[in-house]
Amino acid sequence: MSATKLITVSPSPHNYGDESVSKIMYRVIWALVPAFAVSLVFFGVGALIVTAIAITSCVAFEYLIAKYIIKSKPTVWDGSAILTGLLLAFNVPSNLPIWIIILGSLVAIGIGKMSFGGLGKNPFNPALVGRVFLLISFPVQMTSWPKAVEARWAYLDATTGATPLGLLKEGLMNGKPLSELMDQIPEYSQLFLGNMGGSLGEISALALILGGAYLLWKKIITWHIPVSVLGTVVAFTGIMWLVNPDQYIDPAFHLLSGGMLLGAIYMATDMVSSPMTPKGQIIFGVGIGVLTCVIRLFGAYPEGVSFAILIMNAFVPLLDKYIKPKRFGEVKK
Amino acid sequence: MKTFPKGGVHPPENKIASGAGIETFALPKSVVIPVAQHIGAPATVIVQKNDLVKVGQIIAQSSGFVSANIHSPVSGKVTKVDNFLDTSGYKRKAIAIEVEGDEWIDSIDQSEQLVTDISLSADEIVARTLEMGIVGLGGATFPSHVKLSIPKGKKAEVLLINGIECEPYLTSDHRMMLEKGEQVMVGVQILMKALGVDHAFIGIEKNKPDAIIHLTKLTADFPGIKVISLKVKYPQGGEKQLIKAIVDREVPSGGLPIDVGAVVHNVGTAFAVYEAVQKNKPLIERIVTITGKNVKKPANFRVRLGTPVADLVEACGGVPDNTGKIINGGPMMGKALANLDVPVTKGTSGLVLVPEPESRRKPVMNCIRCGKCTQVCPMGLEPYLLMTYAELKRFDDLERDQVLDCIECGSCSYTCPANRPLLDYIRLGKNNVSQIIRSRNKK
Repeated sequence: MSATKLITVSPSPHNYGDESVSKIMYRVIWALVPAFAVSLVFFGVGALIVTAIAITSCVAFEYLIAKYIIKSKPTVWDGSAILTGLLLAFNVPSNLPIWIIILGSLVAIGIGKMSFGGLGKNPFNPALVGRVFLLISFPVQMTSWPKAVEARWAYLDATTGATPLGLLKEGLMNGKPLSELMDQIPEYSQLFLGNMGGSLGEISALALILGGAYLLWKKIITWHIPVSVLGTVVAFTGIMWLVNPDQYIDPAFHLLSGGMLLGAIYMATDMVSSPMTPKGQIIFGVGIGVLTCVIRLFGAYPEGVSFAILIMNAFVPLLDKYIKPKRFGEVKK
Repeated sequence: MKTFPKGGVHPPENKIASGAGIETFALPKSVVIPVAQHIGAPATVIVQKNDLVKVGQIIAQSSGFVSANIHSPVSGKVTKVDNFLDTSGYKRKAIAIEVEGDEWIDSIDQSEQLVTDISLSADEIVARTLEMGIVGLGGATFPSHVKLSIPKGKKAEVLLINGIECEPYLTSDHRMMLEKGEQVMVGVQILMKALGVDHAFIGIEKNKPDAIIHLTKLTADFPGIKVISLKVKYPQGGEKQLIKAIVDREVPSGGLPIDVGAVVHNVGTAFAVYEAVQKNKPLIERIVTITGKNVKKPANFRVRLGTPVADLVEACGGVPDNTGKIINGGPMMGKALANLDVPVTKGTSGLVLVPEPESRRKPVMNCIRCGKCTQVCPMGLEPYLLMTYAELKRFDDLERDQVLDCIECGSCSYTCPANRPLLDYIRLGKNNVSQIIRSRNKK
């Protein structure tokens, strides 16, 4: 041979797909854009401020913790901290004071993610860790929901009201019949579009389903978790509704209200904190569905999606240990 | 469209050389013939320095049941029997021959005439493949006579011919099917006779429509053979995946294809069997694809074994300036070469010259538990878990989670968004676990 030339020698494969962690993260962020747009329409300036603060502080905390505490190379641009910030913002009301958002971001990133070793190591969904921390610590601020449309030009001084789920819970607890409460709840078509009080990113079923379709198309998520969560909720609330329609509302309301779709499509499907095998994912999804219904129908809180997901997150290692994929050429014992 | 159901990936096909017809490569000045060109025991050298040899003369003899004869691909003088660098990257025993003329032994029929009548009996065919040093030419180089000798208590029911060539870039089997279709068909019939089966399937992926059409036309003259068109999916050329795709049988974990009554041979092997049985010609040449994105003139050469691969690359316009890696075989399962001064052997299906930017791995990140490795594993394993076990040296867990079922197709590493070296660690784990099992069985 002619001139000597250095070449790489490495084991196979020598060919790599074009997927990357940051591509996945940014695709999920893209998928959330429609829902964010809807929240801008209904909650206006408050949604913008809360989201901007949550994203900035999540990115900043990840950078600072990685650099000064863990002393590892900060990898904030992989998009995962941005996504955590965005999801945290989606899970809080749009009139939440700045300092509370920053505190929530610190808990989400610091305790939810970095304390376990950063990207990929967290057993629980970091955004939900942040949200539940805030919900327990600041129950008043976390449950004063700005009214959609009316709150468009206001931030902290927005007029507030209850969410449809909250209205229902309170009414039923006070012994009012369901038929009377139905008048106070917006029409289902409005719920579908997102014209209701609630956390800033959870309101529009339409936008969330749109983003979910994109994630399915890009193969970021599979159908297993969303379908098993939502299917379980429909089955559970449907049976209750059929048994006692005076006391229990129909399944469509449960699907369209609260964090149901946001949780089932975006939070429960978080790769890091969900099971690896399709079978495990279905069990995980059914668990979330059942727990959500139990909390919504029988618990003290009107909403239970985030608790349900966090509780099921804890079962993931167990599911991964005992639920194995079907091996090729399995020898029957 | 048929395919195997579990896992798999679809890397860019890049079959750049598929339009290049097979060219007979010029005789080299000298050749180096390693004695270990097949899976199993290396052959025993039976020539000495200064011996004169002819084309087709046996120069190293099979040294066990799983071993293969090696014949001289050229005529000339043996100059050395020594250790030479080969494609494995190690120096191993080989015979160097200086080429003088091109004198063949008399028993070989050198004509191009197609011989369709099969006069040998089944046992004679098996004996002939052994004598002629035929090994699997798909890349694994498993001695063919072993696959044709059915163990007691088993029965071959169907013969599958692998025309998948699912590795990106490689086109030697594709060209073989197009240009030597008749010979391949006769070869398949010979294999059917040897196995005592009455039907055979040739599996071809639908990205080779011309080969599918051509061979399907030929099946009219060759009863019992059927061409099956398959969806393009890697690693469909894996024996177990091919059997699953075509006849929907699953080779049991730890078992062999014959356990489900199937025998799989490559189209290149079928051609070699044709030449061995009908033309008395030992395995002394093969088709080699030289390709790569920046290669000036990608080609498919019919090459005498032992020819330095550097000569082949030179004939295609030399190594392009920005080459960063040279792969012996395809980019999914091939081995990176450290040096081009190595000979073509029975297992050299092609050479892929990879441009510098694509030749390096991307930085490894934490596993984000996306589960894609588990989704794409054609064997239903959990690569992320096996890698972790291997890192932690938890060999019992590796064995329990069936690391030995891994076929090393590389789909997991290919698909990993965090660029984790899954297969590297799984290989490490496999080696350790097989050693543990071997020493346990000794006790």
